[in-house]
Amino acid sequence: MEATIEVNDLRKAYGSTVALDGMTFTVAPGRVTAFVGPNGAGKSTTMRVVLGLDRVDAGTALVGGRPYRSLRTPLRHVGALLDASALHPARSGRDHLLWQAHSQGLRGQRVDEVLKLTGLADVGRRRAGGYSLGMRQRLGVAGALLGDPPVLMLDEPFNGLDPEGIRWMRGFLRALAAEGRAVLVSSHLMSELQDTAGHLVVVGRGKVVADTSVADLIAAASSDRVTLRTVARTEAMTALARVGATVAVTERDTLTVDGLPADRVVTVLSEAGVPFSEIAAHRATLEEAYMELTKDAVEFRATEVAR
Amino acid sequence: MIGLIRAELTKFRSVRGWLIGCGIAAVLMVLLAVVAAAGTDARVGGPGARGALPRASDGTPVLDGFTFLQQPLDGDGTLTVRVPSLTGVALRPPTPGDSVPDEQEQATPEPWAKAGLIIKAGTTSGSAYTAVMVTGSHGVRMQHDFIHDLAGPTDARWLRLVRSGGTVTAYASSDGAAWTTVGSAPLATGAMSAGIFVATPPHQEYEQFLGGTSVIGGGAIATGTFDNLTAAGIGAGGDWNLVSVGADDSPNRPESTSTRNGDTFVLRGGGDIAPVDGGTGPKLEQLLSGGFMALTVLAVLGVLFVTTEFRRGMVRTTFAATPSRVRVLAAKSVVLGAVTFAVGLVASTAALLVGTAIRGSNHYPADALTQVRIVVGTAALIAVATVLALAIGTILRRGAGAVAAVVVLITLPYILSAAAVLPAATADWVLRITPAAAFAVQQTVPEWPQVDQAYTPAFGFFPLPAWGGFAVLCGWTAVALVIAAALLRRRDA
Repeated sequence: MEATIEVNDLRKAYGSTVALDGMTFTVAPGRVTAFVGPNGAGKSTTMRVVLGLDRVDAGTALVGGRPYRSLRTPLRHVGALLDASALHPARSGRDHLLWQAHSQGLRGQRVDEVLKLTGLADVGRRRAGGYSLGMRQRLGVAGALLGDPPVLMLDEPFNGLDPEGIRWMRGFLRALAAEGRAVLVSSHLMSELQDTAGHLVVVGRGKVVADTSVADLIAAASSDRVTLRTVARTEAMTALARVGATVAVTERDTLTVDGLPADRVVTVLSEAGVPFSEIAAHRATLEEAYMELTKDAVEFRATEVAR
Repeated sequence: MIGLIRAELTKFRSVRGWLIGCGIAAVLMVLLAVVAAAGTDARVGGPGARGALPRASDGTPVLDGFTFLQQPLDGDGTLTVRVPSLTGVALRPPTPGDSVPDEQEQATPEPWAKAGLIIKAGTTSGSAYTAVMVTGSHGVRMQHDFIHDLAGPTDARWLRLVRSGGTVTAYASSDGAAWTTVGSAPLATGAMSAGIFVATPPHQEYEQFLGGTSVIGGGAIATGTFDNLTAAGIGAGGDWNLVSVGADDSPNRPESTSTRNGDTFVLRGGGDIAPVDGGTGPKLEQLLSGGFMALTVLAVLGVLFVTTEFRRGMVRTTFAATPSRVRVLAAKSVVLGAVTFAVGLVASTAALLVGTAIRGSNHYPADALTQVRIVVGTAALIAVATVLALAIGTILRRGAGAVAAVVVLITLPYILSAAAVLPAATADWVLRITPAAAFAVQQTVPEWPQVDQAYTPAFGFFPLPAWGGFAVLCGWTAVALVIAAALLRRRDA
């Protein structure tokens, strides 16, 4: 099976509330795709639609080219973690995985494998009600891995994880993608995915706002702005203006230079013999780039609430 | 599907509380059997007691006491008589300090008072017979072997019995000239007693109102007048002898008398020739009266088996693993039905064994087939009701509401009817239309058209037969499952 998720023009409304408004994107194999957006942007709804749990008014969602509901043993094709707390507290973590395994015709041995893989081997036979949220997230990931699926879909897997857990999860997701799987991870906190995701699907108000690689997004959000500290302010301004840069004075000995990359600034100043003590190129973080993209959606919500 | 059933079985067995619930259900059933057995008054015994009653050919305990004016009939022969009148008198039940029962004049005889012709294998209680008779208000009947009853003309007064070889045929006529056949029955050849008889069941007034029952009853005496009596046949002829059949077994029965005035005979006496009223004595199914408790506990499990998944969102994991929700519902039903059937079977068998060990067989007789039917039927009732609870839980998705619905639909109608809280007429339709109708599988006492008694749930009689009541429950369950399946398919998980 091809390791892809294809979501095409999903539309869904609860009464007058539009949850999905033409959601369209594709998740490719071999990388972690971050599925980000503010709360209520339609991330979870989209995932439920992909899993055949929620109906849509229009649009299609395909996993490996097939509708989820047509899969005989779906957990062998798609592993999903929707809500880590969705388990019976009296049932042991192992039994929680065991019934899922039985439903796919998998053996109990596989349950022990994924428990080991997620670091739960020692607590598997304890009641799941006593698990911390972090352990439940691991159990949820273990469930998603049961069928060794080429496609993984995890909804907010970082929720409730401690720093060590977050690090573990990042490495785990990267490793899974490196094995050639398509991995879709939703989050409302961009920073969690900074070093993990290779691709980004940003959603707001039920549709895709940006569908881009992480590198491109950061580059796009970072303008050519260089901060320069120099005692020879006037000379520096003259030299830079001559090559077409826009220069502004921010402090007594600090200038900001727009329209010229940092390496050019250094060359121009050196050639003109202007001394400078510090030069810094400004680079947007993923967080800033994301905030920029979702600003509209967030603002809309804020005014809606204020009204 | 096998994997899916295994998955649901794993779900069920991995929640310890649910296994404990199964255990509680079984223990409750056995406990109630102990209570029912220990609470049975064991003062029964001695002459006239249930244990000493004669039996019909199929083992049914019967009454065989009547006033018999007879002569021998050793072979083929014919008896003819006219019964111009049959009247009755009800006796007020004896009160303490009142040694002689008062006789109350009654306009009409008991509906099943009997006066007519009988050919009987001797005069001992319980021997085989065939009779044709005029009754208080059921017209002419032909009866034999206590349990068989055939209706004849309603207004005929002339009766005839013809014995030929091993068969006795009954006729009736309104004018003594034109005869219609009522029926015929086999009867052994050889020496018999033949003649006229009178019998009447006791007088009973039964009332059931909201919150209680009252039964007022006492003995009754029937008076039958006979004329145009002829007896012809091998060994017939000679004097008519009065015998009070079965009088030794019931010392309180009014004395049998016979007076002759020319060709007119007047017989007077009590007693009856009929199956006994099974409703008032101890019954085998009382040992299974914990069934409704086990059912309620297991039905709560049935509700929780699905509503906990809805409440915690686990149902999404279930439906993600198995996108066909109807198959999930089917697997849940199979697992729940099988588990609760097994629990019900073990619990019912244990209840019956423990109860019988305590009480002995001091109850209305139930043959092996009936015993198997009530045990397996109770288990099936519990299993199907639990699946119904599962379906209701799926429809409502809320545990509390679904449990309330199950109690209102199954447990309450049964308790209110069986405990005689509801008036009899209400109980009758409640146990026809609610799923509680299925408790009819526990009924061991048969209803006899030829015996008047309170055929109400309070006395162990259900309005529908066992299979019919069970079918009502199955109908409810099928409808609920169809609705649940349709909603599961339509709703977002």
